[in-house]
Amino acid sequence: MAAQTYGLIAAFDKTPDVYHAAEKVRDAGYRHWDVITPFPVHGLDKAMGLKRSIVPRISLAGGLTGFCTGMTMIWWTDAFDYPLLVGGKPFFSPMFAFPVSYELTILFTAFATIIGMFVVNGLPMHYHPVLKHDEIRRGMDDTFFIVIEARDPRFNLENTKALLEKAGGRDVRELEA
Amino acid sequence: MAHAENATAPAILQEVKPAVLPRAVLVQNQRSFSWITEKICGIIEGKTPTWWWVCFIVACFIASFTVAGLTYLVATGVGVWGHANPVNWAWDIVNFVFWIGIGHAGTLISAILCLLRQKWRTSINRAAEAMTIFAVVCAAIFPVFHVGRVWYAWYLFPIPNSNIIWQNFRSPLEWDVFAVSTYGTVSVLFWYIGMIPDLATLRDRFFVAGNKFRSFLYGLFAMGWRGSNRHWSNYEMAYLILAGISTPLVLSVHTIVSFDFAVSLIPGWHTTIFPPYFVAGAIFSGFGMVLTLMLPLRAIYHLEDLITQYHIDCMCKITLATGTIVGYAYAMEFFIAWYSANPYEGFAFINRAFGHYAWAYWIMISCNVITPQFFWSRRVRNNTTLVWVLCIFVNVGMWFERFVIIVTSLARDFLPSSWGYYSPSIVEIFTFFGTFGVFSALFLLFVRFLPLMPMAELKAVTPAADAHGHH
Repeated sequence: MAAQTYGLIAAFDKTPDVYHAAEKVRDAGYRHWDVITPFPVHGLDKAMGLKRSIVPRISLAGGLTGFCTGMTMIWWTDAFDYPLLVGGKPFFSPMFAFPVSYELTILFTAFATIIGMFVVNGLPMHYHPVLKHDEIRRGMDDTFFIVIEARDPRFNLENTKALLEKAGGRDVRELEA
Repeated sequence: MAHAENATAPAILQEVKPAVLPRAVLVQNQRSFSWITEKICGIIEGKTPTWWWVCFIVACFIASFTVAGLTYLVATGVGVWGHANPVNWAWDIVNFVFWIGIGHAGTLISAILCLLRQKWRTSINRAAEAMTIFAVVCAAIFPVFHVGRVWYAWYLFPIPNSNIIWQNFRSPLEWDVFAVSTYGTVSVLFWYIGMIPDLATLRDRFFVAGNKFRSFLYGLFAMGWRGSNRHWSNYEMAYLILAGISTPLVLSVHTIVSFDFAVSLIPGWHTTIFPPYFVAGAIFSGFGMVLTLMLPLRAIYHLEDLITQYHIDCMCKITLATGTIVGYAYAMEFFIAWYSANPYEGFAFINRAFGHYAWAYWIMISCNVITPQFFWSRRVRNNTTLVWVLCIFVNVGMWFERFVIIVTSLARDFLPSSWGYYSPSIVEIFTFFGTFGVFSALFLLFVRFLPLMPMAELKAVTPAADAHGHH
């Protein structure tokens, strides 16, 4: 039985080439496709028609959790669980609780941002059909790729291949799933 | 590289014809993407150079002084340090603040310059962040061991224990625990996240070269990164947020470190200028250290195309600016001591400049106020050897600043009968000397095994990365 097709991959050598090709693929109405670049290309999100990342929302949730954790922890330990009078100062005040809560806001935001980024990206994923392509080893060096997945409703081996070639892609290949 | 004439520009621009400012070239000689990859990966893939082994062995030998000093301290007691009433904070806290301050330039470069879109940061930010982490490691040694019974150091954190009693969150020392541990953690996370694409590059290169073991190791930490733009989109956003939160973090850390002093009542410590003054000093010392580390690496690995004269100029100018702020703070402290009409405050400052520790004060002034002024001159900035020497003076001066603040204030407090004079014991000197070995050994390991510069970011600032082609 022949291996299932994951999709088609085309290589590009120059940044403007892959940028304009991405615009063409976007305009052709594809949804399940990707561009592989060795560095973040400025403006490529727009050329691909990507929406704004949702990572900031996760960060915000993390930050709020951190701040509340700090305030609650300090109130609970110093004013509720074991109130101890030190230097005649109040058991709890948002003033002296602020520096620690501030640091915890940042700490929790950092973890939320990073974990959020990994979850949204579906990483870690050490195995991916794209990584089986030989030339992909240069994908983090100096070569750009466009991958169109077979599960895309508009995917059609001949037409999609023609589109990629017309957009300037070289070495258009099939990827095994 | 003139900006293209904009059709929507106001008509007045046609008449006045503003000068077109040339953009600084960040990667010289029109280097290609693969040249950058080869250059940076080559440092890791090549044979270990002899100088590396020599430096590494020397660094490990120096680090053994810290190990010996701490072992002796733990085995004998905290009395082996030269602390005695009234000076109960001395080299331990001086060294702590010194090392933490060094770290701040790394975060400044990676976070604040990222937010300000200073693209020149790209070639130095990875090494500067590594410097931050290793400086925090060195800094953490001192407060942990100065608690005396180090096996109780976990009491610093709110972990339930059999005494039921909790930490006193009204104390700035407890704030500092959270500030420094958050700073260390976030710095490591930021550093690691920035490194993921480069680890993927190394994974792929070792795979092609047939080194399956190293490909596996780098690949493990690369998290299966494959350069997908859907990933880059989230990644760039996450990186921006990390830069956004690291900026208030770095400012708050040294602010809270300064609270350790400013919230107390000791003359010379109890001042409101401390937070901005400490932050400026931290950045000043940190840039001194960045230049101290990067200039030799630039020469050894021939990175002149990546760390250009423009980069050195920028760093020298920041050193000049922050050094001048520090000089202003010294002057303002004196003014306020006089203007406040507080006799204790006034005495503390006269005593700093002309008392028993005047030698330390004048070393501090000459290193921190006079040294950076040389950076006004372009000829000085172009002479890398001279820049390096001046940066050593900056490092020395900033250590003395903390010494002056901490020791002179404590040695002459309110009650003349308790006045004393502090000298370090040999154990303290060894412990501090050894931290330079710890720092260097860690930095050498970083240079040898991890990408020294962020390849992906460097590629993104080359002209070939522009999706709209050359003008």
